[in-house]
Amino acid sequence: MRLTAAAALGRFELQVCENCQAVQYPPREACHRCLSTRLVWRIQSGEGELISATTLRHSHDEYFRQRLPWRIGMVRLNAGPIVIAHLHGDVPSPPARVKVTIGLDKAGQGALVAVPAGGAVEMSSDRQLSEMTCDPRGRAVLVTDGAIPVGREIVLALTGAGAATVWVGHRTGDSPGILSELSQIEGVRLVPLDVTDPRTVEAAATLIGPTLDILVNDSGTRIAAGSDAEQTLRVDADAARSEMDVSYFGLLNLARTFGPLLRERPSVAWVNILSVFALSNFPPHGTFSASQAAAWSLTQWLRSQLQPAGIRVLNVFAGPIAPAELAAATVAALRAGVEDSYPGEFAQQWLARWLESPKVLERELAAGR
Amino acid sequence: MTPATHKRPTAHRRRATTARRQSYPDTVITVPVTVPYERYSTHAAHWFAARAIAGLLQSSHLEKEAIDGLCLSSFTLAPDTGVGLTQHLGLSLRWLDNIPLGGASAVVALRRAARAVQSGDARVVACVAADTNQIDTFRATIGGFSQFSQDAVVPYGSGGPNASFALLTAHYMREYGARAEDFGKLCVAQRRNAMDVPFALLRKPLTLEEYLNARPIADPLRLYDCVMPCAGAEAFLVMRREHARELGLRSAAILATMERHNAFPSDPIQMRGGWALDRDGLYAQAGVQPAQIDFLQTYDDYPVISLMQMEDLGFCGKGEGPQFVRSHTFTTDGSFPHNTSGGQLSMGQAGAAGGYVGMTEALRQLTGAPAGRPVAPAGRPEAPARTGLVSGFGMINYDRGLCCGAAILGALA
Repeated sequence: MRLTAAAALGRFELQVCENCQAVQYPPREACHRCLSTRLVWRIQSGEGELISATTLRHSHDEYFRQRLPWRIGMVRLNAGPIVIAHLHGDVPSPPARVKVTIGLDKAGQGALVAVPAGGAVEMSSDRQLSEMTCDPRGRAVLVTDGAIPVGREIVLALTGAGAATVWVGHRTGDSPGILSELSQIEGVRLVPLDVTDPRTVEAAATLIGPTLDILVNDSGTRIAAGSDAEQTLRVDADAARSEMDVSYFGLLNLARTFGPLLRERPSVAWVNILSVFALSNFPPHGTFSASQAAAWSLTQWLRSQLQPAGIRVLNVFAGPIAPAELAAATVAALRAGVEDSYPGEFAQQWLARWLESPKVLERELAAGR
Repeated sequence: MTPATHKRPTAHRRRATTARRQSYPDTVITVPVTVPYERYSTHAAHWFAARAIAGLLQSSHLEKEAIDGLCLSSFTLAPDTGVGLTQHLGLSLRWLDNIPLGGASAVVALRRAARAVQSGDARVVACVAADTNQIDTFRATIGGFSQFSQDAVVPYGSGGPNASFALLTAHYMREYGARAEDFGKLCVAQRRNAMDVPFALLRKPLTLEEYLNARPIADPLRLYDCVMPCAGAEAFLVMRREHARELGLRSAAILATMERHNAFPSDPIQMRGGWALDRDGLYAQAGVQPAQIDFLQTYDDYPVISLMQMEDLGFCGKGEGPQFVRSHTFTTDGSFPHNTSGGQLSMGQAGAAGGYVGMTEALRQLTGAPAGRPVAPAGRPEAPARTGLVSGFGMINYDRGLCCGAAILGALA
């Protein structure tokens, strides 16, 4: 399970013995060399040699049966262990230098993949590996708030990535200029949508739900994270309620309306753009942070409902980051098929500190660090 | 890093056993029993075990109470093990062992039972392997086979052991120049050996052409490289030689045995098994040389493993298997009688009983009661076989078979 947890972040990690440095695979309880139980997970380069390969013409599993022939290989990692992995179509016959990486398979489990060593490799067009990715190419995508800065960049990034149809959710007050600009783009269609208004959510779901491949919920970015001033206890109750309405109840409306339709199809992915403040409250924007934390918890529930149908629920946790950079990172995360993405230096730092010690992070943020 | 506690792997940890081991001068193997195999059965493994034990009693004329020891091997007896069978079948024992070692079970059971009898811990030990087979049995067995295979093999195409052995076979072919025809030659000969065996499930002759053109399963393996899972049971008794004589039972001497588990963990891919470490000791214990072995029963879940056994048991050098196959014939009347009742590839694989096929066949050949044709050793076509080697292998825990075993049996006057 820990292997899968690292894969959710796009990381290939294996256990390393703290006593003798032996790398372990398959995952285990004690070092295969010195019996120490002090095993820690460390990122691996995955470089190794393909020492044998076979093409399956028969499978005991329905999923693979439908996708035969299926090629797998045995790789000896430079780090030591022998691994069995799915093979990218460009991997030649053994012996061959390869790089082993990890992705999430259709069941949401971490699965090892061997690709040719050296150079970038395209996974989303590979016959065997494409289902581990959520490439928007050729897909129908909804961006719930397409006419705000972040949403606009996401729409542009998606069309640039070859999405066939991009639905732009919009509501009263959105910039006519942006709407006009986006609707000129081939494949872009407008759809009235206000995540806090269940009627519009129902209407949009009825219209586009049955053909939708990817849903991108960026509505939380609509909320201004407030001024830079400290948020005192005397909060504006209406503002706080509005944050919850968009961050949490908006997501809930989408989930209960679009969720069942996506599960029916089944669709490819559901993306939520969240703030890193969801992990640990940022006191200057305390109520906003809390509304994002609520949304984050709900996305975990959503994932538990959608992953069994093979739908990837991807959370992109953003700090202060340029909308274009956020949009590019979102498309990259879809292509990589990960579950959690933290684009940009700020978000990466936040994650590292939170993983190290959530309590220390909490105290440091409260102290203004 | 604390060098004091970290031992670098040294050669001595994998050196062959040179210390003298006790032989089996007064202990014999007797009463081979096969419960006819069925492709599918609605009966539980307990049914097949019961039939096997009943067969042992019938052939030996012993009362059930005379059996005071049991070695039990089964994949499908769960949630029961041997102890559940004691109450299920009304056995009272003073010695009990479960041997969950797949194709190595027969050799290991023989070793355990022989020591129990030698030491006086038991008087008559029944060694039994029994398994049922229903439509989903095989898939369920491989799905829950081991922690490592669940985590690191099954998710990769769920090809089962066929996939694992395809990887080994492909590597062996590349490394040593083996061709499909070499494997096919063994399969064709085994099928020939099975033709007269009443309980072999596959008795139709097999031609090399049919073998080469059969349905591909996992490259380079095709249909006839793979065993057919089925239901059935195999069994034998172990007792003192004197006791067997008193009972008027034909038996065979246990000249030597060995077992090894996870023999070569540093080999990146399986090219050899534990037999390579212990074969010299095995022949020394038996007081025979490979040339004196009249027949070889290898564990044949896939032909590549039969070649590995021929190499590692000293019949040819490592990597010389293909050449050895090309220069010998393997039928009962051939230059190197091999899997003389057809092996699992012709008999079918009744779960753990697959590991017993070679043992019961060896015992039958050495007691003058072969299931099919008798072995006619080259140079002595009229004389029966005197010495046979039975090899066991199994338990693909992850990427290689962990268990190896071998026994040399000898005919008694």
